[in-house]
Amino acid sequence: MTFINYASREINCKIVYYGPGLCGKTTNLQHIFEATAPQSRGKLISLATETDRTLFFDFMPLELGTVRGFKTRFHLYTVPGQVFYDASRKLILKGVDGVVFVADSQEERMDANVESLYNLEENLKAQGYDLMKIPYVLQLNKRDLPNVIPAADIAAELLRRDEPVVEAVASTGAGVFDTLKAVAKQVLTELRKS
Amino acid sequence: MPDMPILLRERQYHEIKAVLDRLRMDSVSRVVFLVDKDGQEIAVQGEVGDLDTTSLASLAAGNVAATGGMAQLIGEKEFPTLSHEGERESIHISVIGRLLLIVVFDERSTLGLVKLRSKQVCHQLLAMIDEITRAQSSDEESPFAEITDEDIDSLFK
Repeated sequence: MTFINYASREINCKIVYYGPGLCGKTTNLQHIFEATAPQSRGKLISLATETDRTLFFDFMPLELGTVRGFKTRFHLYTVPGQVFYDASRKLILKGVDGVVFVADSQEERMDANVESLYNLEENLKAQGYDLMKIPYVLQLNKRDLPNVIPAADIAAELLRRDEPVVEAVASTGAGVFDTLKAVAKQVLTELRKS
Repeated sequence: MPDMPILLRERQYHEIKAVLDRLRMDSVSRVVFLVDKDGQEIAVQGEVGDLDTTSLASLAAGNVAATGGMAQLIGEKEFPTLSHEGERESIHISVIGRLLLIVVFDERSTLGLVKLRSKQVCHQLLAMIDEITRAQSSDEESPFAEITDEDIDSLFK
């Protein structure tokens, strides 16, 4: 939910990275954290298990710059991907302004992508949102691995509307900022309408 | 339905800050925050120092969301207050409608005093939030109605 503070002249928006377990949601945030100047971002908070699996969420505030005299701040969150953390995923979607679905391009993870995307649609619905209307980007991650499905085939399976599709290798940072830009642009465009 | 965006005017912001400041003094606490349930910081008052208020706001919201989820599982609507007591520093959180009032205090104060003083300002803050929400439902044009594609692109250069 966008929060506009006229006193401090700030706009705050919330973006959530969604997707199946081990698809690279946290890696997206880690790359943004490492590649951004310290003055433009806050700490990267990870509520993770001892084996570095996301337990509740990762969080990072990011300042992009000024638009019409207002500082634009994006609060980036990831959800835990593992199936049994569904209650946590629902909570994190509350107040979301834009969603990135991180798909794992490996053949053996296709079923997990489909299940997670269905879960996203259901959980958005439970919070009163519609995937067909909310700012949304599909990221095809892990494009560097040998056993990936062609991008067009994944898109045919996972595309829901006219959402931007970005091919990425989050571990090297390829496509990470393009994804963020694509979703942030839609969120700011929404402000025009509200 | 999702909540409406919060548009906070300068006057409202300073009124909220004044209430938080009074609460901070009355409860002899270090820092007082007002945060929305999605983790966005609305106002903060007190000895902030190098405290990472943005992260604290987001974690407090996550904390309330998680305990709220537990409440619903046992048939409660929500837990209206949460307290975490440390050796020296403690946190008290009150749920006020769609907002959270967070008080950080140390050994100079007590949980009882913080609870009492927080409860006393809840009605006042609730009335202010109502006013903010009502003002938004009027047909006022968004200050961003004029944003151009160039404005948006300029953020990514």
